[in-house]
Amino acid sequence: MSEHNTHIDEHRDDEASKLGMWLFIFTELLLFGGLFLVYSIFRAQYPANFHESSLELSVTIGVINTVVLLFSSMTIAMSITAIQKKNKKLTLALIGVTILMAFIFLVNKYFEWGHKFEHGLYPGSELMQLLERGHHLYFSLYFFMTGLHALHIVIGMVLLVIAYVKVNKGSIKHDKFVFLENGALYWHLVDLIWIFLFPLLYLIS
Amino acid sequence: MNNNEHISFLEHQGKYKGIFAWIFATDHKRIAFLYMYAIAAFFLVGAILGLLMRFELIAPGETIIKPQTYNGLFTVHGIIMIFMVVIPGLSAVFGNFFLPILIGAKDVSFPKLNNFSWWLFMFGSALAIATQLLKSGSPDTGWTFYAPYSTTTGTSVILATTAAFILGFSSILTGLNFIVTVHRMRAPGMRFFNMPLFPWSIYATAWIQLLATPVVGITLIMLIAERLFGIGFFNPDLGGDPVLFQHLFWIYSHPAVYIMILPAMGVITEIIPTFCQKRVYGYKAIALSSLAIAGVGFLVWGHHMYTSGMSEQARWFFSLLTFIVAVPSAIKVFNWITTMYKGSIDLKPPFIFALAFIFLFMIGGLTGLILGSVATDIQVHDTSFIVAHFHYIIFGGMGFAFFAAIHYWLPKMYGKMYNFKIANISAVSLFIGFNLLYFPQFIIGIQGMPRRYFDYFPKFQWAQVISTIGGVILVSAVILMIYNLIMGVRKGAKASANPWNGTTLEWQIPSPPSLENFDSAPIVKENPYDYN
Repeated sequence: MSEHNTHIDEHRDDEASKLGMWLFIFTELLLFGGLFLVYSIFRAQYPANFHESSLELSVTIGVINTVVLLFSSMTIAMSITAIQKKNKKLTLALIGVTILMAFIFLVNKYFEWGHKFEHGLYPGSELMQLLERGHHLYFSLYFFMTGLHALHIVIGMVLLVIAYVKVNKGSIKHDKFVFLENGALYWHLVDLIWIFLFPLLYLIS
Repeated sequence: MNNNEHISFLEHQGKYKGIFAWIFATDHKRIAFLYMYAIAAFFLVGAILGLLMRFELIAPGETIIKPQTYNGLFTVHGIIMIFMVVIPGLSAVFGNFFLPILIGAKDVSFPKLNNFSWWLFMFGSALAIATQLLKSGSPDTGWTFYAPYSTTTGTSVILATTAAFILGFSSILTGLNFIVTVHRMRAPGMRFFNMPLFPWSIYATAWIQLLATPVVGITLIMLIAERLFGIGFFNPDLGGDPVLFQHLFWIYSHPAVYIMILPAMGVITEIIPTFCQKRVYGYKAIALSSLAIAGVGFLVWGHHMYTSGMSEQARWFFSLLTFIVAVPSAIKVFNWITTMYKGSIDLKPPFIFALAFIFLFMIGGLTGLILGSVATDIQVHDTSFIVAHFHYIIFGGMGFAFFAAIHYWLPKMYGKMYNFKIANISAVSLFIGFNLLYFPQFIIGIQGMPRRYFDYFPKFQWAQVISTIGGVILVSAVILMIYNLIMGVRKGAKASANPWNGTTLEWQIPSPPSLENFDSAPIVKENPYDYN
């Protein structure tokens, strides 16, 4: 009886796990979709203000972060190939590099935000309330969108750290790596959202 | 192994003991029970809040409570009933219990995630109830949290919206679980088009849960950020737009109406063929109309906002789409009626509840068309007409379907049978109480009685008195019904595996089912409702 009873916990269906992750990614896209909608409405309403505000952002830091994230997407994708080839060491190294890239992204973000905070530009600050309406909305959106995205970076990092530990322990291995695959999918999502945020906030003028 | 005596999931001894065997359960049937007990408790709390409002309205002026308390009451009544009872109700209870069984599966795809959803649900519910107890006072915005008032009121709006966000997250995870389950867990031979129709409706619902809920999630976060940091999205002083909040809110909350009603339609579609002993009429039309409702339901949110300031084009367009979404609902009603035609009808309690559902849902649906057309909506907007309309849909529809479902499936869930006579009495008195409570609100709504008002002109008092009497009858009938069900479970006769002579898979297995539902592989029929 006892083997029979534990059956439910042992049930394994990698296709189902991946389908579940894809569905969850849809929900994340819709979450950000709400923000993109708000962005497009206010952009249409205050095009000049949005243009002026976007000049305040450092395109250089934005480009660096974009490269960092794209590179991290590549390393995490490579780690999946590595685990399938039973190369545990390389897998760990690649996940490690991905986490390091995520960390670099956050450090950059820290300096970017910190620079604005120094000038008194942060959500709820007195300066923000004095700005022209379009500028105010632009910077609200900027902090809201990049903040929510940074939160997703952190969640993604947590997933990758768990994946790292699991690979190290051997519970993720060449024939059982759906957790790593899902973690990587999530990481690509985080990357993808940035690919939209970057031009919307930094480049379009 | 198959020679072993049947052990039901209720008797089964797992890893944990006592209460932990329940709250850490990963068995979809136990999780369904967890949801059911929690939702029943929340429903009673919400009903008592509703009854308090009814007593307040029995006479003009202040009767038993202060105006601010009244504002808190209708807000919390709404939050509890919508987010904690009606939206999770059928899909989390009966979807959890019967979706896997009806498609011949042992469980859902992600049992642990299923348990986690329940914990999230309880956590969110605890926060929502906590808003009542805080010093800042219960939120007074209505369950819709309309800006700009919700961005300025001193009451505990942040906590309430956080609760709604967490409840929404729980709903997303349940929906995700069900979609994957339907795709991956169907028994061999169970194609999409020989699934029973309750799984079809749960499947369509799950897509709405998945796709609509994140939008309200981000909207509620924006509202919280608006209150904390003054981001200005919904504040005209800072360049924002309060109507934008309404759009974002209803983009979710209108589809949410179909999260409520689609599983209800699914339940009724199971009950009617069983008690007519006849194959369901228009199987494919019913299955596809669920998907049609789910799809078109995303495009009609504007009909909540005819008076909020939208362009003429937007208004007629939303009106047109609203009339279109009525078509698949009507298809279902016609199919139910046609299924009954020349069937051998057996008036057992579940069928009586199902009949009450059809009647009340039709009144709710037809008055929905009055609200869907722009000209008439301007007259009755924000009156008690709308209160009556959505209670006919939500309570008369979803609520009665829930009662029908519990009377239909209780023998399978507990292996016990309740008393038919008391069940019939409670069904009829629920029906009478319900109509007494809500029908007069249509009449005074047309005459101009505003909704959410603490006070009113004396000329509306006759209707308010009838409504309050109806409310008392309704709550008494609910208590009688619950008493009867509890007595049935505790002392009722043992139920057979197939007390109603149903044909779907749940009736092939013993009552209550074993841990893995099917001790031997289920036999999947070409048509799930084959009585020949």
